Amino acid sequence: MRVGPDLFHLLCWVASAAAVATLGLIVYEIISGAWPAIQKFGFGFLASSSWVPNRADFGVFPFIIGTAVSSLIAILLAFPLGLAIAVFLSENFLPLPVRQVVRFVVEMLAAIPSVVYGLWGIFVVIPIIKLFGTWAVSVFCNTWTTPGIDGAPDTHRGIPVLETLFAPPAYGNSMLTASIVLALMILPTLTAISRNSLTAVPKTLREGAYALGATRWEAILGVILPTAAPGVVAATILALGRAMGETMAVAMLIGNSSRLSWSLLSPGGTLAGLLANQFAEAEGMQVNSLMFAALILVAITLFVNLIGEAVLRHTQHQTAGIR
Amino acid sequence: MKFSKLLFVVGSAVLGIASQSSAQQLSGAGASFPAPLYQRWGVEYNKLHPGVQVNYQSVGSGAGVKNFTAGVVDFGASDAAMSDAEIAKVAKGVVMIPATAGEIVYAYNLPGVSGLNLSREAMAGIYLGTITKWNDPAIAKANPGAKLPALPIQVAFRSDGSGTTYVFTQHLSAISKDFNDKIGTDKSVTFPVGVGGKGNEGVTALVKQSPGTVGYVEYGYAKGNGLAMANLENKSGKFVSPTGEAGATTLANVKLPENLRVWPVDPEGAGDYPIASFTWLLLYKKYDDAAKLKALKDFVAYGLTTGQGFAEELGYIPLPDAVVEKAKAALATVE
Repeated sequence: MRVGPDLFHLLCWVASAAAVATLGLIVYEIISGAWPAIQKFGFGFLASSSWVPNRADFGVFPFIIGTAVSSLIAILLAFPLGLAIAVFLSENFLPLPVRQVVRFVVEMLAAIPSVVYGLWGIFVVIPIIKLFGTWAVSVFCNTWTTPGIDGAPDTHRGIPVLETLFAPPAYGNSMLTASIVLALMILPTLTAISRNSLTAVPKTLREGAYALGATRWEAILGVILPTAAPGVVAATILALGRAMGETMAVAMLIGNSSRLSWSLLSPGGTLAGLLANQFAEAEGMQVNSLMFAALILVAITLFVNLIGEAVLRHTQHQTAGIR
Repeated sequence: MKFSKLLFVVGSAVLGIASQSSAQQLSGAGASFPAPLYQRWGVEYNKLHPGVQVNYQSVGSGAGVKNFTAGVVDFGASDAAMSDAEIAKVAKGVVMIPATAGEIVYAYNLPGVSGLNLSREAMAGIYLGTITKWNDPAIAKANPGAKLPALPIQVAFRSDGSGTTYVFTQHLSAISKDFNDKIGTDKSVTFPVGVGGKGNEGVTALVKQSPGTVGYVEYGYAKGNGLAMANLENKSGKFVSPTGEAGATTLANVKLPENLRVWPVDPEGAGDYPIASFTWLLLYKKYDDAAKLKALKDFVAYGLTTGQGFAEELGYIPLPDAVVEKAKAALATVE
């Protein structure tokens, strides 16, 4: 009689051990593949900004920056939108069936394959960004003159900061395009987890707020959001992790250049995109260097996900206490 | 690396078991550029010989050579052939057979300008970032009468490693010392200007979408997508437009060495299109399985003869007869 449960127990053990072992094996393979590059370039690999395969000169600084910038802009765009949707879905502004439809549609965004986002980006987002880019360049970067007080014309040189961020030439395949599509891709992650933590706010807190005479918005902004804040932060961090690891859509849209530029209208590159682009045809030290880049990407996303997970746990603990 | 190899072996094993019962399987892997042609050969050959199934995976030249060296495929394919060092690693020996050829074109998007001529100076200068406007004197000089706009040149390149980039940079390095010193030749290089598109289709999309863009793509892609292609100046100073005939002229003038590995790096003939290249099938010198050997030799022979008939419509250059003869002779040495 004891055989059944024990076998099941064993099976579960094996299954979970296999999952952990797989991760271990992947990391081991990456490290052993990267080893020659680690020995040759060391930490200089992180700081050097030349990636020249035919000169065996490798450094991933532009790609680390590209990964960080594209995912941060994506978060900046997706956060307000995602949080607003989450609040909307967790409150009873609309009847439940309508909210469920909206929720379903937003979560559907997560089911669209990456390459479809890429194609959509090429045919829809890029033309828009080009129009926007041309407009932005003409508005932010043009010099113009006004009659000065002393009669001599004063020359103005564009708008500071914006002039740098939207410096010409305006490319369609750019950091901005990739970031916008990334924002849409991480929206479901952000919304779903934020919504969960918002609905997990104890009813008693909500009722307490209303009992003290708070309006709905006072309750949302003063009580519910602060209580759910750690969960929302966790959602944001997990979404950030997803944005950093995203490959195909970014490789199709970002322009894959290793030149550093302050302009969002310039092409850039990310670590994941670099791997997708060059791995198939790489040889020798280039393979080792790509492995090294993969290791860095794994380390960054693992780190970001760990933080997200830790914050999420912390919330669950907290809300459990309130209940 | 090992992991992907393992996956591949398991994958092919599963496929093998599924169909081993009746048909003779020939598995190949390699360059993506000739993949449509090889796959077409596979389909057409299978119609004539239902007992033989050819499975060609377009994984890229580099991966093709890796798989071939590891012995997990029956034949490989590469746009860059194999270097002597690579050949030395294959215990069974290697026979390289030129199977088809292609041209690389400067596809451009410049409304109102057709039949653009690019001098050698302009070809290199655009990718070096020294020529930045379409009305630059270096371009205007070769296009008397054309209304060239003062538009900035947007440069598009292949962001993924590719035989196309290899052949393209090889030619530019040959015609421009500056290019050779600053950029050099490889399957992926770092250009000082421009936007990277993934694959021929990525570069094609870049050119198609933005007026003012120029990019290098395979002739077949440019033709299939209706892109304008520049006439390029060759070594004898003539501007040659990329057509099947011009490419065939280039290849017919090439002197093939013993191992059939040759690039018309900077062809000299007056009618030669400057950037053309063979792409090779990689066979082992010896096969243990006699039935497989027979099927493979027959398939490759089919590709070299009847198969050349599909080249033109798919955007490739059919091999000149002299090359076919030499390729057949090389095929005969496989045992």
